[in-house]
This record gives sequence, structure tokens and C-alpha cells, in this order.
Amino acid sequence: MALLEIKNLSVKVEDRDILKGLDLVVNSGEVHAIMGPNGSGKSTLAHVLSGKPGYEVTGGEVMYQDADLLELGPDERAARGIFLAFQYPLEIPGVATMTFLRTALNAQRKTRGEPELSTPEFMRRVREQAARLSIDLDLLKRPVNVGFSGGEKKRNEILQMALLEPKLAVLDETDSGLDIDALKVVADGVNRLRSPGRGMIVITHYQRLLNHIVPDVVHVLSKGRIMRTGGRELALELEAKGYAPYQDEAA
Amino acid sequence: MTAEITPIKTAAEIGLAEEFMELRGRLADGTVAARREAAFRRFEAQGLPHRRVEEWKYTDLRALMQDAKPLAAPPDAAARARAKSAGGMFATVGARRIVFVDGAFEPELSDLAALEPGLKISSLADALSRGLPDVAARLGAAGPAEGDVAYSLNTAFMSDGAVVEVGAGAQITRPLHLVFVYGSEHAAAVFSRSLIVMEKGAGLTLIESHEGPDGVDYQVNTVLDLMVGAHARFSRVKANAEGSAALHLATLNATIGANADVADFALLTGGRVVRNQLFVQCAGAGTALNLGGASLLKGRQHGDTALLVDHAAGGCRGRELFKSVLDGASRGVFQGKIIVRPGAQKTDARMMTRALLLSEAAEADNKPELEIFADDVQCGHGATSGALDDNLKFYLMARGIPERDAETLLIQSFVGEAIETVAHEGVRDALTAATLRWLAGRG
Repeated sequence: MALLEIKNLSVKVEDRDILKGLDLVVNSGEVHAIMGPNGSGKSTLAHVLSGKPGYEVTGGEVMYQDADLLELGPDERAARGIFLAFQYPLEIPGVATMTFLRTALNAQRKTRGEPELSTPEFMRRVREQAARLSIDLDLLKRPVNVGFSGGEKKRNEILQMALLEPKLAVLDETDSGLDIDALKVVADGVNRLRSPGRGMIVITHYQRLLNHIVPDVVHVLSKGRIMRTGGRELALELEAKGYAPYQDEAA
Repeated sequence: MTAEITPIKTAAEIGLAEEFMELRGRLADGTVAARREAAFRRFEAQGLPHRRVEEWKYTDLRALMQDAKPLAAPPDAAARARAKSAGGMFATVGARRIVFVDGAFEPELSDLAALEPGLKISSLADALSRGLPDVAARLGAAGPAEGDVAYSLNTAFMSDGAVVEVGAGAQITRPLHLVFVYGSEHAAAVFSRSLIVMEKGAGLTLIESHEGPDGVDYQVNTVLDLMVGAHARFSRVKANAEGSAALHLATLNATIGANADVADFALLTGGRVVRNQLFVQCAGAGTALNLGGASLLKGRQHGDTALLVDHAAGGCRGRELFKSVLDGASRGVFQGKIIVRPGAQKTDARMMTRALLLSEAAEADNKPELEIFADDVQCGHGATSGALDDNLKFYLMARGIPERDAETLLIQSFVGEAIETVAHEGVRDALTAATLRWLAGRG
């Protein structure tokens, strides 16, 4: 059975149709790239999958493992293994990053009926993952993302992903705002998390991220629909020819 | 032709006048009696303040205080028994407890053993009955609260309270906890008056707690006259957990000398109508002043913080941070005025007030004012009010934190920024724990 199966999904935001019959199947172990021009519905797809309020599903369905995903709240989706790496990670003044990580991890475990992690075990995991992402532990004592650089915010997202060990990770324009060195660190972090038990959807406007996170499948999203699906070479073709042909086709 | 305006007295005003007549008959003549008389005449001339009185614009006491309660009688055994567990939210601090039940000092419930050198504690009732001239003189010393209506009423009716003196250079490390309990099941009025004198270079952390039974519409008018000498350090944390129907008017009347370090923080969770007034005058140069508070209100609670900081001398640094979390149909009011007198150069004053509205029916009124008469100063103020940020809430929920827990975490962090300004770690922890209890009780 597929990890995620989206059938004919239509979504409205403030009376505008954004997704117009989108189909997508992601299996465990696969990395899917979704590429598309601005306004094609990429971020809408990421937000709908993670349960952000303000999106009205007007048609279609989303099955995740054996559940109707759209029936679940964002917190329940997270506990069942869905993770969204935010394009713009938010700053939460007054909440230490370490407290945030621990609260999130234990909340998910509680929802799943698992015992809370002991402090030493939690710290061991944080130290291990932070070291891999070159994140200074002092940074984690500071409030979530407050005063973090763009690269630190994105690395913090990947750290959360590594600790929460999702089954389906959705990366929303994780490359935006990163220079090439930061991009490599983040991409390496993502690549380490590729596994047969985990599916990923990598949303990006540019092909350059896909040089570092090499996808199994590439989709072109335009005007709210998947216009074309192919292998890695499709991304290179898009790089050469741009999105214009798909925008014309859809119009 | 001139129209003759005779203000109609309210039931509360008539009741207060009757109470005062009766009280005056019982007291001996003297300096303090004359002062009471003058204070009551001041009150009578103004009457209870209403919404056309600018300082009370958002707290219409004429409407909110419907009657005057009889002056509290000495507490009975049941009231005393209730006081034993009072002030428990600070139990872990290990402070020296001085207990007042229904306004009266309770030596048997208080800890006056082995006072640290330089620390003197007595009761106001004792000082008044013995006619101690220095206490009488200090009660009459002009302070920044002079002329305020709640302060005048307190002067007219004051019965008991703590008189604390910390001698020059004495650093009292163990916090002092003034525990005020309303123990009666019947509504009455309590007028407590405390006086604290910090001599040069002295240091003290004061905790003040107020509590009483829910559903009893008792009235508390409490005043702290504070005199802080040069190079002294004084920090007060006040927790207001009055009963659900109580009226609580509190006034800090503080005069601060040069190069002192003064902090005041109030956590408000209790009471039906509460007004916390802070009148602070920086009379000497180079003082650091930190004023803060957190009001956590729900139901139909009304919580007003009225602040007046008077920079009469230069080079003082003032930081004011007040937060309110408003649920249900509660109303949070903040009025803050900073005055910088001519010649108070190099004043550095910042005032910030933030309200978090958790329901559609809650209301926040913020009014910051600056009156600056010196030209080389840094002064700023800010005021915000708004709901919880939905995007932040979504971020937390997208990481698996349930909605209620996400809200709690965000509210806790909002309040935490204000609590962090409290220097004493144990007191800070007690305030955080009280905040968490309030959040857990949001239901």
C-alpha cells in the first residue's frame, strides 16, 4: 500500500481555486520532487498535507497509510509521522528551543501511547543529531529561531525532523534563502534521513537543490495540477527550458 | 444666574461618611487623628472617582463600588484557622511570615523570632496606639500618592499593617513575607497600611500576598508607604489572589533616594475589581527602577494597573513591563505615566505594556503617557494588544503539540518574559508555578 495517496484533490484559499484535481502517490523509501513556478500551488499542497487552517478542500481525498488524512488535526498528523519543514520557520520568543524539541517529541510519543523519553536519553539524541548538523548546543538554549540566521533556522528544521523521525517528510522550499554552503549542510542532513521506511516530498522552485538531494521521481506542478511526471532528467530539462511550456499548456 | 450643582452622594459615599463619623468617635485626638480628618475631607470633596476623572477613566469606582462595607471586626478563631495555610504559593521560598487576618496583625501566626541585625518589625496598630512620633511623622510625609482618592481613604481609615525598618547597610537575605488574609465569611472592609523604611545601603526582598474566600464581596484598601535611602536595594513581589467577589484597591507610595535599586512586580489572578496603583518618585539621581506585572484574568474580572513614575532627579533608569492575559469577559486596564522633571537629565525610561486577548469578549485598555520637561533624556513607551498568533500555534501543532498545550506554551512564554525580570529565583519559580496553575484552571 502507498504511504500517501492523493486523488483528484481540489483546494480553495479565500475563494480562489489553487489546487484543481491533483493526483500523487508516494511510497515509503521514495523521494519525490515537486517543482513548479510561483503560484502553482506548491506551498498550498505542503500546508494542506500538514493541516494548516485556512485551506478549504473542495474535492478529492488524501489517504495516508490507512487513514483519511484530512480528518486529522495537525498535531495528530505529526504524531502519525507527517513532518513539514517550513519555508519560513517561525520565531517563538520565550520558548527555549530545547523545551520546544522536548515538548514536541514527548507530545507525539504520548499521542502514540509511548512513554516519555528520560532526560539523559533525550539529551543524548539531541547532542548526536545537533553535532551532525553542526548546531551549537548553546543555540538550542535560546528561544526558538529568535536571532537565528537563515541557515540556522533551516538546520533547526532538519534537526527537528531528525529527532521526530517522521514517516513522511514534506520539505517546503528548504533551499530558499540559503547560500551554497548552508544548502550543502541541510541537504546532507536530509540525505542522512533517507531510508526505506520513510517517504519524502521535496518542494522547490529551482533544480539546484536536486543536485544535492537526488529525487527518485520529479513532478511538474502548474496551475494546481501535476502536468508531467518523470525521473531526475526532468528536473534538468526544466532547468534548461524553464516552466513556460507548462504554463502555456495549462492556460 | 448660576446653576447650583449638588452632587448626589452614592450609597457607598454615604456609607463611608457614616463609618468615618463612627471611627472618629472611637479614636483619641492627636496628629494622626487630624491627618485622618484632613484625608477624609479630601475624599469628601472629590467623592468616589468616575469615568470623567481621567486617572480613573477605565475604572469607574462610583459604579463598581456599590456600597461601603462595615469596618472589619477582629478575626474570630475560624478566620485565624483559615490563615494558617495562607500565602502557600510562596511556601518553598522559606520567607519570614508576618500575618494579618482581616487587617489585624496576628503575632501568633507570625515569625518574629531571631530578627536579623538591623531589621525591626512592628505593627502599625501598636505604633498608633503608643503614639510613636516618628511613625506618625512618616505616615504624614508627602509622597507621590498624596491626593489620590484611594490613598486618602486609606489614611482616613487605616487600622493596622507592618512597620518595617532596615537599618543602614543591613542586607536581609531571607525574604520577608507579608501575608494578608481575609478570613471572615461576611463582607467587611479592611484598610491596611504598611510602612517600610530602607536606610542607606540596606537590602530587602519583600513578598506580599493577598487572599480571601470566593463569593464574599469584601473590600480591601491596602497601602505601602515606602522610603528607600541612598544605595539601598528593595524588591517587592505582590501576589493578588483575592476571592472572586472582592474589591481590592492597592497603593504603593514610594520615595526613592540616590543610586538605589528598586523593583516591584505584581501577579494578579484574584478579585472581582482590582486596582493596583504604583506611585514612585525617583528623588535622588542614579537609581535603577524595574516595575512589572502580569495580570491573568477571566470571567468578569476587572484588573487595573495605574502607574506614575516621577523622575524628579536625573540619571535614573526606569524599566516598566506589564503584561495581561485576558480570557472570558474580563477587562485589563493599564495606565502608565512617566514624568521627567526639568533638570532630570540623562533619564532613561522605557515603558511597555502588552495584552493578550484569549476571547472575543475580553477587553484591554492601555494608556501610556510621557510628560518630559528635560531635553537630554531617552524615553519610550509601547502598547500592544492582540490574540494568540495562529501561525505560531500551527507551528507548534505541526510538531505534534495538541492545541491546548500549544496555547498554554505560548501564553506561558508571553507571561514568562515579565516574570523573568524578578531577581529572586525561588520567588520567580513560585510565580511561574502560579501561572501554570492558572493556565491549568482555564478549563
